[in-house]
Amino acid sequence: MLLIHCPYCEEERPELEFRNAGEAHIERPKNIAEISDEDFEKFFFIRDNPKGVTYERWRHIHGCARFFNAVRDTVSDRFVTTYKAGEPRVEVERGEDGLVRLTGARP
Amino acid sequence: MSGANRIKGKGRLTPAKTVRFTFDGKALSAIEGDTLASALIANGIHLTGRSFKYHRPRGILSAGPEEPNALMDVGRDAARRTPNVRATVQEVFDGLQANSQNRWPSLSFDVGGLNNLASPFFAAGFYYKTFMWPKAAWKRVYEPVIRAAAGLGVAPKEPDPDHYSNHNVHCDVLVIGGGATGLAGALAAAHAGADVVLCDEQPELGGAFHHETDAEVDGMPGWDWAQAATAELRGMDNVRVLTRTTAFGYQAQNHVGLVERVTEHLDRPDPALPRERLWQVRAGRVVIATGAIERHMVFANNDRPGIMLASAARTFLNHFGVAVGAKVGVYTACDSAWNAAFDLKRAGVSVPAIVDVRPDPDPALVAWAKELGIEVLAGHAVLDTSGSLRVRSMKVGKASGGSTRDIAIDALIMSAGWTPSVHMYSQSRGKVVWDEASERFLPGRNVQDCVSVGACNGDDELGEAIADAARAGHEAALATGRKAKSAWTAPEAETRTSWTGGMKGSAAGAGPDTTVKAFVDFQNDVTAKDIRLAVREGMHSIEHVKRFTTNGMATDQGKTSNIHGLAIAAEMLDKPIPQVGLTTFRSPYTPVTFGAIVNHSRGPLFDPARKTPVHDWEVAHGAVFEDVGQWKRAWYYPRAGEDMHDAVNRECRTVRAAAGMFDASTLGKIEVVGPDAAQFLNLMYTNGWDKLQPGRCKYGIMLREDGFIYDDGVVGRLAEDRFHVTTTTGGAPRVMHHMEDYLQTEFPDLKVWLTSTTEQWAVIAVQGPKAREIIAPLVEDIDLSNEAMPHMSVREGRICGVPTRLFRMSFTGEAGYEINVPADYGASIWEALWSRAEPLGACAYGTETMHVLRAEKGYIIVGQDTDGTVTPDDAGLNWAVAKKKPDFVGIRGMKRPDLVAPGRKQLVGLLTRDAKMVLEEGAQIVADPNQSVPMTMIGHVTSSYWSENCGRSIAMGLVADGRALKGKTLYVPMPDRTIEVEISDTVFIDKEGVRLNG
Repeated sequence: MLLIHCPYCEEERPELEFRNAGEAHIERPKNIAEISDEDFEKFFFIRDNPKGVTYERWRHIHGCARFFNAVRDTVSDRFVTTYKAGEPRVEVERGEDGLVRLTGARP
Repeated sequence: MSGANRIKGKGRLTPAKTVRFTFDGKALSAIEGDTLASALIANGIHLTGRSFKYHRPRGILSAGPEEPNALMDVGRDAARRTPNVRATVQEVFDGLQANSQNRWPSLSFDVGGLNNLASPFFAAGFYYKTFMWPKAAWKRVYEPVIRAAAGLGVAPKEPDPDHYSNHNVHCDVLVIGGGATGLAGALAAAHAGADVVLCDEQPELGGAFHHETDAEVDGMPGWDWAQAATAELRGMDNVRVLTRTTAFGYQAQNHVGLVERVTEHLDRPDPALPRERLWQVRAGRVVIATGAIERHMVFANNDRPGIMLASAARTFLNHFGVAVGAKVGVYTACDSAWNAAFDLKRAGVSVPAIVDVRPDPDPALVAWAKELGIEVLAGHAVLDTSGSLRVRSMKVGKASGGSTRDIAIDALIMSAGWTPSVHMYSQSRGKVVWDEASERFLPGRNVQDCVSVGACNGDDELGEAIADAARAGHEAALATGRKAKSAWTAPEAETRTSWTGGMKGSAAGAGPDTTVKAFVDFQNDVTAKDIRLAVREGMHSIEHVKRFTTNGMATDQGKTSNIHGLAIAAEMLDKPIPQVGLTTFRSPYTPVTFGAIVNHSRGPLFDPARKTPVHDWEVAHGAVFEDVGQWKRAWYYPRAGEDMHDAVNRECRTVRAAAGMFDASTLGKIEVVGPDAAQFLNLMYTNGWDKLQPGRCKYGIMLREDGFIYDDGVVGRLAEDRFHVTTTTGGAPRVMHHMEDYLQTEFPDLKVWLTSTTEQWAVIAVQGPKAREIIAPLVEDIDLSNEAMPHMSVREGRICGVPTRLFRMSFTGEAGYEINVPADYGASIWEALWSRAEPLGACAYGTETMHVLRAEKGYIIVGQDTDGTVTPDDAGLNWAVAKKKPDFVGIRGMKRPDLVAPGRKQLVGLLTRDAKMVLEEGAQIVADPNQSVPMTMIGHVTSSYWSENCGRSIAMGLVADGRALKGKTLYVPMPDRTIEVEISDTVFIDKEGVRLNG
């Protein structure tokens, strides 16, 4: 079982306390009633399923109940970082050792 | 003396402490501390089981967890039996009952042994090739026969009477393995101030010192040093030493699963003790000190009872004081077997010859052997063995060919060298690397925060290995943030036993040009020949070879066989071993019981039952319950002589004629509070909420973004900024999640606070013409008149002195109330209401009656009449969708082309031509019953009941363009008949809704 760092509680808690909530950084259009079928398709149906870095939402449902964002490497199942909902996308890169880190972070 | 093969003065057990046990019903004696294996050998028993496929007689191969052969059914009584226990791990206790497996009628005479004679037909891939046709025979003949013959051991039939416990531990350093290097690592880490957990699968720490008696550490025998080190560790507050504890799984983030066998060795365990403990350890750093496992030699008939690993024979002698035979042959490609031979000889056992495949073994060893009077046959091979239930002789010849001779023996010890035990490292997702110099796989780069030390890391020299392990332990402590006050000094250590040498694959006489049975994997009966066949038949990947032959797929997971199998495949493929690759090691390292994993999660704790505050009253009044998710809901209340049908009919009649009381406490409830509460609900529901006055209620529909109905419920406005939202029973958590998701992430600027209040309010529905009469005397501060409190209104006040939120609402079509009271008062308020209701002729009713009554009024149940593909329009609920709102969740999804296209299934009423006929829910609806099969299905039945109040059956269904078909006849084809139905509207009683306002 993974330990996940909740950016609100500021501590690592067991995976059982959390619930995955799908891909992160997909904003609901403000004018959703007016968008085209194609735009609605992109917004609602189309999702990435990368081998590698994925941005996803988690909710600390059995803890503080807050939604937050996480960067996870689907190859190693390792969480690179987690950050609060509404904060900008965190940039990461894969190092020569194969590990994904925050861009600029030292191995 | 317990057993004729005990050697006086040898071993570390106390001879006076004898225990009794049985093997296949025969009473035998042992000494406390014996394993089942050592006790059997002490009693001269080597034959312990029959092999899986060929039913060949098998003995004890090893003295440890790698044992592939000596698997037994072990227990103390009928419920406490475990199949496939390794005799080499199970400690003997007084009263232990052990039985051999895979034999009938007896171990020494086994009918299944015919498989051995027929073995030419049972080559690798036999099952894949043989049972291909005729296809029909698979189900009726092949599978049942194979299933009956397959499987190892028999599971106990009784429930497990014992309990198991689960422990979560966070530590700085976890050391796996309590041999010399594990102890050194643990001591160094502990002295540097780290919190240390040290686990080892054996009852006593010391690892290889169990058999290796040549070592000296810190000026004392290795074993004694290990015991002193253990005592020191046990005396430290920051160290937890876990014996009889196997690390079986290494998961992500240094999460390691350990299982501790707490009572499996005790004759009369304290019932308060768990049988096993599951330790879930989170370690800052893991020190892997798992040692190495000796390989057997692969030669013809290398599986006869009495043939075993050299280190095992040495363990039985030096630790348990048991000689594995009187005349013990030695066959080796590795130095360490020589030391085993020397120990046996010195203990008075005859050792006729040491056969070493190497032409030039270490001269020092040869000289030693000469000194002890042991014949040395260098450059020789054991080409075959004889003996049916025990090895009787070995046929020895030069590896290069020529004449042979038979040497009489009653045991044969062997060593093809040592395989570093990289299981834990590999489970941590590390990739093993082939070390060219020593020709073995060793840990490569560490993927997790771990370090391998000692034999599992290829560190063969004892003194250096201990020093390295101590360094690793010290660094582990520092790495986890400890500031060492002092460093532990690693002791001097040396040994005369050498671990060099070894071979992989088949030995002379069992090569590619032979057809002999030279076993690679004992447990799955895989021979060198089988592996060659697999390669010849096109299995070129080691993963394919493994699956085709089942090599390494038994419960021992190829601990002794993997490398041999790999070497033989590599030879056939004419590729170097590292290019052929190693199969992946998976958890568990050794089998783990279901009890340890399931732990407390069984019986009532498997899935919690949610009970309402009124539950006890319902039980006392004879309610039959149904499970709704985790909730226990009263289903109906049968009276004497009533079946379900009778009870539901009576309850339905009574509610409409007088009144009924229903426990609606399971309804989901969410308090939506804040200055933007109405705006938030505008976004969450299709309805508009701005105009809803405080004190009034409204039925709301919630969609998903895709435009389909997600949930529904009545929402009451208590104040400008406060709403009492109800959800379906099953939908409560997901609706809360859905609302929180939008509030937190899409509309975070709205000033709204959500609180789940499902379990805070008990809800008592009082429905029917006498509802007001029942509740009126108990209600304070609220005017219940129709004028003051009409249908769909809510008031706050008191009932029986208790605060209440009183809803005038109805899910029955009758005038009625839903009385919310704090959950703690639920039972007493219910009883107070009941004492009013019963004399007035009302009844308590359950969920079945609730379903019928709502269907009579055409009220839908989300999840029954909708299925996640139904829009508000499909359900006939367009009236609840606000037309002028700029936004709500689902507003765009609802307008997708498919959702507005003609031909969608619409909710309609269904009246059977025969009023007595009740349709089956889920039954399909067709337009033309005479069409050919498969028919075009245009709809299905979603709800169907006998309606006592209508005097006929009623049903609802989703039918393509159904609303346009009103009055038309459609058909429901069933296996035994076709049922005619007429499409109607969905309200079957009181179409004008007069009763609601009564």
